[in-house]
Amino acid sequence: MTETAVQRDMVRPDFRVAIMAAAALLACLAYMTIGLRGNLAFVLELRSVRLAAMVVVGVAVAVSTVVFQTVCANRIITPSIMGLDALYIFCQTALVFTLSGFGFAGIDPRLHFLGNFMAMTCLALVLFLPMLRRQFDLTLMLLTGVVLSVLFRSLTTLLARLIDPNDFAVLQGAVFASFNAVEPELLLLAAAITVAGTFIAWRARHVLDVLALGSDTAIGLGVAWRVTAAGLLVLVAALVSASTALVGPMAFLGLLVVSLAQRIVGTNRHAVLIPAAALTAIIVLVGGQTVLQHALGGEGSLGIVVEFAGGIVFLAILFASGRR
Amino acid sequence: MTAATIGRPGFAFQAIAIATLAALFVGSLFVGVTNLSIRSLVSDPEALRLVMVSRLPRTLAALLAGSALAIAGLVMQTLARNRFVEPATAGTAQSAALGILVVTLVWPNAALGWKAAGAAATALAGTSLFLMLAHRLPPTQPFLVALFGLVYGGVIGAVATFLAWRLDLLQYVEVWMTGEFSGILRGRYELLWVAGALVALALWTADRLTILSMGRDASIGLGLNYAGVLRFGLVIVSAVTALIVVVVGTIPFVGLVVPNIVSRFAGENLRHTLPWVAGGGAALVLACDMIGRLIRFPYEVPVGTVLGVVGAVLFLILLLGRNRND
Amino acid sequence: MIEISGVSLTLGGSGILNDVNLTVPKGGVTALVGPNGAGKSSLLSLIARLQPLQSGRITVDGLAVDTTPSRELAKVMAILRQDPGVASRLRVAELVGFGRFPHHRGRLTAQDREIVAASLEQFDLGDLSLRFIDTLSGGQRQRALVAMTFCQGTDYILLDEPLNNLDMFHARNLMRTLRRIGDEHGKTVLIVLHDINHAAAHADRIVAMKDGAVVASGDTEAIIRPDVLESIFGFPMLVERVAGRLAVLHHT
Repeated sequence: MTETAVQRDMVRPDFRVAIMAAAALLACLAYMTIGLRGNLAFVLELRSVRLAAMVVVGVAVAVSTVVFQTVCANRIITPSIMGLDALYIFCQTALVFTLSGFGFAGIDPRLHFLGNFMAMTCLALVLFLPMLRRQFDLTLMLLTGVVLSVLFRSLTTLLARLIDPNDFAVLQGAVFASFNAVEPELLLLAAAITVAGTFIAWRARHVLDVLALGSDTAIGLGVAWRVTAAGLLVLVAALVSASTALVGPMAFLGLLVVSLAQRIVGTNRHAVLIPAAALTAIIVLVGGQTVLQHALGGEGSLGIVVEFAGGIVFLAILFASGRR
Repeated sequence: MTAATIGRPGFAFQAIAIATLAALFVGSLFVGVTNLSIRSLVSDPEALRLVMVSRLPRTLAALLAGSALAIAGLVMQTLARNRFVEPATAGTAQSAALGILVVTLVWPNAALGWKAAGAAATALAGTSLFLMLAHRLPPTQPFLVALFGLVYGGVIGAVATFLAWRLDLLQYVEVWMTGEFSGILRGRYELLWVAGALVALALWTADRLTILSMGRDASIGLGLNYAGVLRFGLVIVSAVTALIVVVVGTIPFVGLVVPNIVSRFAGENLRHTLPWVAGGGAALVLACDMIGRLIRFPYEVPVGTVLGVVGAVLFLILLLGRNRND
Repeated sequence: MIEISGVSLTLGGSGILNDVNLTVPKGGVTALVGPNGAGKSSLLSLIARLQPLQSGRITVDGLAVDTTPSRELAKVMAILRQDPGVASRLRVAELVGFGRFPHHRGRLTAQDREIVAASLEQFDLGDLSLRFIDTLSGGQRQRALVAMTFCQGTDYILLDEPLNNLDMFHARNLMRTLRRIGDEHGKTVLIVLHDINHAAAHADRIVAMKDGAVVASGDTEAIIRPDVLESIFGFPMLVERVAGRLAVLHHT
């Protein structure tokens, strides 16, 4: 790279982030205002709840993906590909299954969420820390993650059958994320977790820059790798819990937005990457929903469309990495 | 020992394996909502009828589907030259489901056979594309190909689900995506005998398939019609998978774990291992179907769900256990 | 006799071979040498019909490689590529036994078994014959693959850098075996060699390639000369006669 190119790459990202922020804002405005009809107060309230859900989910997924990828020192791996959101849903079902006798299903959804989150964090630490520390071959780790998420999904289905043998709708609900059935009680809690999580990630941005170089290098540079990685994994678990509890699993959203953001800003510095990824997620979700809703008449299919696009991106990245 | 006899498990081992399969077969006849005993079979004509109309077809279906799935998995692994792919996870089954969906759409009252034919056609297309892409990935990265297959299958599955969701056919797709034997009665499973015949055909070409697994250059060097055998394998995999998806639905992991376990103790000279793979697949599916019948008695859990759990655990053990040895 | 006339090959827009004409006489060991990227392996795979012929004509023992059925060719010539990556979990004896496939196309006959046993013996694989090939070292695997190629029992044997992964003992053993079958059984061995000294010591003839063309070919004595070698490899080297054998000093 020539000197000017280096300088350009050092300077330009901030500018690009500003443009992305403007685009995200525009998308939110468009979503709120296009095609307003009927009872204004009602429509606006409905839309603002959904908009808030999309923003919270987008930011949570983007930040958790960036942090997780950094801990793994790789840009293909994401929390949902490693099965974290499937794990959350499994914990949810498992808690209902084991504690239903104690009236668990009936308690406040926020307490419910907390229980799920704690169960999931423990399991995630037990499952993934050893895997990270043993430094598996990347593809083996990914494959393990994909199979783990299949396992969690199958276990969830199995438990659901055991809880209610006649419930055939379980599968349907667990396959794709939906922004149309957000639980309002959880929105505030999820938003709080996402804000706190993003703040912590932002504060840790320089440590993250070092971690991205790999555990050996990070340790060599004086980072207490195990403690830091465990702490960041808890952070990731909290963010994944928040987004999954709100709308359900989004297997490839994280991968899609982070690789897009990277393309746009062209840097791995977390001071730029974290906001860029979060903004990309908002643009994709809110902009996508606006387009689907008003242009294509496909309201409600955003989750599926994003999954499909993300899956193709994932295949393309895998293919390119294999061909290199 | 000579080259022809090596690698075969001993006689005692064979006897134990056959006895296990026989025990599962008999057990499957007597497990279910209606309590049956051997005595009642003799005395009660209604009980005999139940066995002939429901339990025996179901058991035979599990037997046929299990062995055919395992063989299809093995053939697919040979074609892809990768131990960790199988039709049910790498896009064949999902393509088949997509095919049935299309047939159902344009011809709602099509006979089962026509649906199977449509499913086989799309399965062939989906599997060919997968193999074409997989062959371009480096063989030195086996996990990459497997991962690619899983996500590829997931994307095709998402297309099918999306279409079904738009067309209000989601219930049907779920039936094809989750293997289940509870609906199997006499007259509803006979297509699976065709799958059984295809498996026999695969057995007949075992040597050629083994050579194929050595790769293109070695195959051509030995005078094998490489492209021809490849196409033959593709047809077997697609047709077997389509038949099973149409009749019972997708059953994951059988084609993956059974050939891998067999290869651990008996190697991959298919002439010797194909019978073991077929028997192992049948036993695994029969056992899991029985678990599904018993775990929430008197309700049933689909065999596809049971195998999703059992198979994923076995696969993880194979995957990570292997790594530890290396 | 292997006859190659007017063969060119283009892959992905770049020329690999450019109008190659070559005759490899029947019998003896012919070594194919040259710098990396000269097109040696490509030429070998064209002869072995592993790649479709784009232009020109190649015959082996009078059989055109692009029109003769692959099955027939498999009885005339055997090919061992560099790292064929056989990933199957086969036992060594099973792998070697598949070398007989072109002849029996099914079950091994008693005669096939004898040939397999002899090959195993010849390549020092007797103790390993029941091992799975994925448990072998690189060199042991390579020997098993060479044994399989020999087992095919063809008059023409093509080998692409078969000495890779072999230790000195087994490399020497393989070259001497090739020498012997060339002398005693009248077989034709065409071998891509990396180490010019192996070619100097064991080959009857040497064909030198550079930039997709044959630049020199002839008896070993005629090629292993400082001026010829320098024109092929692009740097000067010494050629000495040590204990009656030609030795190339290229490490100086």
